[in-house]
Amino acid sequence: MSTSLSGIFFGVIKRDIRLAWSQGGTGTMALSFFLIAVTLFPFGVGPEPQVLARIAPGVIWVVALLACLISLDRLYQADFEDGSLDDLALSPLGLTGVAAAKIAAHWISTVLPLVVASPLLGILMNLPEEAYGTMVFSLLLGTPALSLIGSMGAALTVSVRRGGVLLSLLVLPLYVPTLIFAVGAVDASAGHVDASQPLALLGASSLLALAIGPFVSAQALRLSLE
Amino acid sequence: MHKFANPAQFNRLADRILPWAKAILAATLLYGLYLALFDSPPDRQQGESVRIMYVHVPAAWMAMFCYMVVAGASFTEIVWRHPLALLAGKAAAPIGATFTALALITGALWGKPTWGTYWQWDGRMTSVLVLFFLYLGYMAIWRSMDEEEKAGRAASILALVGVINIPIIKFSVEWWNTLHQPASVFRLDGPTIDGNMLWPLFTMAIAFKAYFVIVFLYRMKLEINRRKISVLRMSQVNG
Repeated sequence: MSTSLSGIFFGVIKRDIRLAWSQGGTGTMALSFFLIAVTLFPFGVGPEPQVLARIAPGVIWVVALLACLISLDRLYQADFEDGSLDDLALSPLGLTGVAAAKIAAHWISTVLPLVVASPLLGILMNLPEEAYGTMVFSLLLGTPALSLIGSMGAALTVSVRRGGVLLSLLVLPLYVPTLIFAVGAVDASAGHVDASQPLALLGASSLLALAIGPFVSAQALRLSLE
Repeated sequence: MHKFANPAQFNRLADRILPWAKAILAATLLYGLYLALFDSPPDRQQGESVRIMYVHVPAAWMAMFCYMVVAGASFTEIVWRHPLALLAGKAAAPIGATFTALALITGALWGKPTWGTYWQWDGRMTSVLVLFFLYLGYMAIWRSMDEEEKAGRAASILALVGVINIPIIKFSVEWWNTLHQPASVFRLDGPTIDGNMLWPLFTMAIAFKAYFVIVFLYRMKLEINRRKISVLRMSQVNG
């Protein structure tokens, strides 16, 4: 195995992606949750096309956010419990690099499939045609923030038994701005309005999350590894 | 700064401050309530319901102030590992959460007669609600782990990340065109609110702050004593 920094970095990413899609991994579960939870809404609010079209951007984004959230509580916990996190912490990457790699792997393995599946759900939810492009773009632009912010929560609760509920309490409030900008952008496109301003803000929140996410996650993990 | 890290010294300082804080609270609260309820004019448009302002606005100020205390304590803990900083954050958070809830509730009660609705998802209200959730998350982490110091440091990290919400609350009324009115007291060009209302407002704000100081110091003393007891118990068991 290559010992260069980038070699280790991509090694961690590859390993995590393989784990996420192996049996009992979170990748398939998050995707199934996404598909099933969205189809509940037509039953809940009634199948009128206008109503569905109106709520489609919000529903798809909120459910994508929740699907991301349910896959987060094992982000570091499995490695923490079996001790491989201690190993990783000693690698030349440092904990910040390890956290960045694991976040990237989470996004690729768990969140990217949701983005790919979202047009299908757009059809089921009768999303207006002109909003498809913005929806997929907003998901690509905004979901990294979900993985990055979620990683901070996952790292803080890594040593908490059944930390999932606590994790959602910590992370959901921090998800609010991302959700507001993203749905604002998709709604704007659906209403034939220029969506560049909410999209810029969405990109800004992802960049801000990128700036602090891996660093804060590493600090939080260090607490539990001490 | 480490001078008051000694709990005994801190307790002495607290005991010296407490009677003064209590006197200030009694005086300003009575005087402020008298001004707010009887000796200030009703609003030309809002009528008597404007008097909710004298509770709502100081509570909202305190909600943000308490968060800054929690965040400041968290920063001190993370950077210098000051022994009392953890306790300060733990002591201030529930007070802040209560003030936030009070601001939200009085805001809803004030909104009904003036805006015609208890709640509106505008920037100011949403960001204050997020502040309330951040307080809940901070307190939940504290309770989640057996090891107190670890829990406290994890909570501190969350508190520091959540600081980003404070400027959002402050500027929400300028960034978004919202139902909530923009700032009318702390402005560069001076307050746009009449002196007849400003004076009772500030009196109430001082009363709220004195209340915070009292409860905060008592909670700190409580935490210190609780620790003392657990140390004594441990030494008995081991002894």
